[in-house]
Amino acid sequence: MVKLTFIQPDGANQTVEVEPGLTVMEAAKLNDIAGIEAECGGACACATCHVYIDPDWVAKTGKPASIEEDMLDFAFDVRKESRLSCQIKVTADLDGLTMRVPAKQF
Amino acid sequence: MALDDVAEATQAGVSTFDAVIIGAGPVGLFAVFELGLVDIKTCVIDILGKPGGQCSELYPEKPIYDIPALPTVTGQELTERLMEQIKPFGAEFVFGERVDELQRREDGSFFLKTDAGREIVAKVVVIAAGGGSFTPKRPPLEGIEGYEGSSVFYAVRRIEDLRGRDVLIVGGGDSALDWTLSLAPVAKSLTLLHRRDEFRGAPHSVDKMRSLVAEGKVRLVIGQVTKLHGDGKTLSGVTAKTAAGEEQLTVDAMLPFFGLTMKLGPVSSWGLNLNENLILVDTEKFETSEKGIFAIGDINTYPGKLKLILSGFHEAALMAQQAHKYVHPEKKLMFQYTTSSSSLQKKLGVK
Repeated sequence: MVKLTFIQPDGANQTVEVEPGLTVMEAAKLNDIAGIEAECGGACACATCHVYIDPDWVAKTGKPASIEEDMLDFAFDVRKESRLSCQIKVTADLDGLTMRVPAKQF
Repeated sequence: MALDDVAEATQAGVSTFDAVIIGAGPVGLFAVFELGLVDIKTCVIDILGKPGGQCSELYPEKPIYDIPALPTVTGQELTERLMEQIKPFGAEFVFGERVDELQRREDGSFFLKTDAGREIVAKVVVIAAGGGSFTPKRPPLEGIEGYEGSSVFYAVRRIEDLRGRDVLIVGGGDSALDWTLSLAPVAKSLTLLHRRDEFRGAPHSVDKMRSLVAEGKVRLVIGQVTKLHGDGKTLSGVTAKTAAGEEQLTVDAMLPFFGLTMKLGPVSSWGLNLNENLILVDTEKFETSEKGIFAIGDINTYPGKLKLILSGFHEAALMAQQAHKYVHPEKKLMFQYTTSSSSLQKKLGVK
């Protein structure tokens, strides 16, 4: 199992344990993480599963592919550490991954 | 063929149909088929400019793996195949319009009016609106609602409304680029604001925009809006976060282009029983709390509901049985198979 921590804008945080192979978005939905909407269901078509990856983890999660960069244009308050969580696969390498949920997904 | 040419005119400008289907996604399209088999003529209305709903708007190229007998099919292919399958029934399509009003008339039929002012009367209404109407995304900026319509616009109705104004366009896709090119000659000043110096719009539009920037006719700022300034109704400027820090942009009109999102929209004001923005239906007829108004596909809810295209197809078939009772009360419906029924095959044009 892999541990993922989601930090809400108010500082509240939730650590969940999930099987590798899911996407981070699916892990969030499965555990009812507030603020991850995922309107399109993981098709990289809506930008409502936006998260800010903890700077210490950016190297491990990697950079968004160009389709994800294009979709991030539809997100609000995009930063260097912005990712769409449906495009990050949970692997054993990501055990301990920490990320922030934006105040609004649009 | 235009809608008004074929529809039977009851009074000036009003068209009548047996059934109106709201939403041209896969389930709305298949409803044309099921209603067609029981001799119900349909009109399909969708806010988007083409059929397919989420399948064509959100994931046209993505494969779908759970359509029976189609091991893999893309959203676009599924839409095209459904359009082919329902062709024999000659449904009327109205694209780019949203149904705003739905009222029951004294004779029990329904009156519908779209945002374009189109008026339709139907014996039954089938709501197959999926996740709701696709509407432009509203940036979550404080007080933005107050500026909408006077200073903030999600679409341009009349170019003249923006003549002589200091216009800010936000976004990096085709809408943002196309309006940058169209409004640059009309606006007093035009600023294009985008979060990165890369544009996903058509390359020739990007080139044209870059040359307008080079000629000094358009100002390109790389950054994101963080705050609106003004009296709450009339915009006087915005604060943008840029690589250099913050920049104040003096503008009196802003056009944000952040794509579309689905909102329940006018459906919520039609007096139907809802549960968390979904329409409650029974599982025998998929009828709402109002007789003659049905809801099928992702927009409905009932115990055990699964938001699957195949569930919507099943719901369409059962809905059509009840719709037949309202549209053709004098006719007895005999259950038939398309494989063996010569009358169904005649309707399908295969015999």
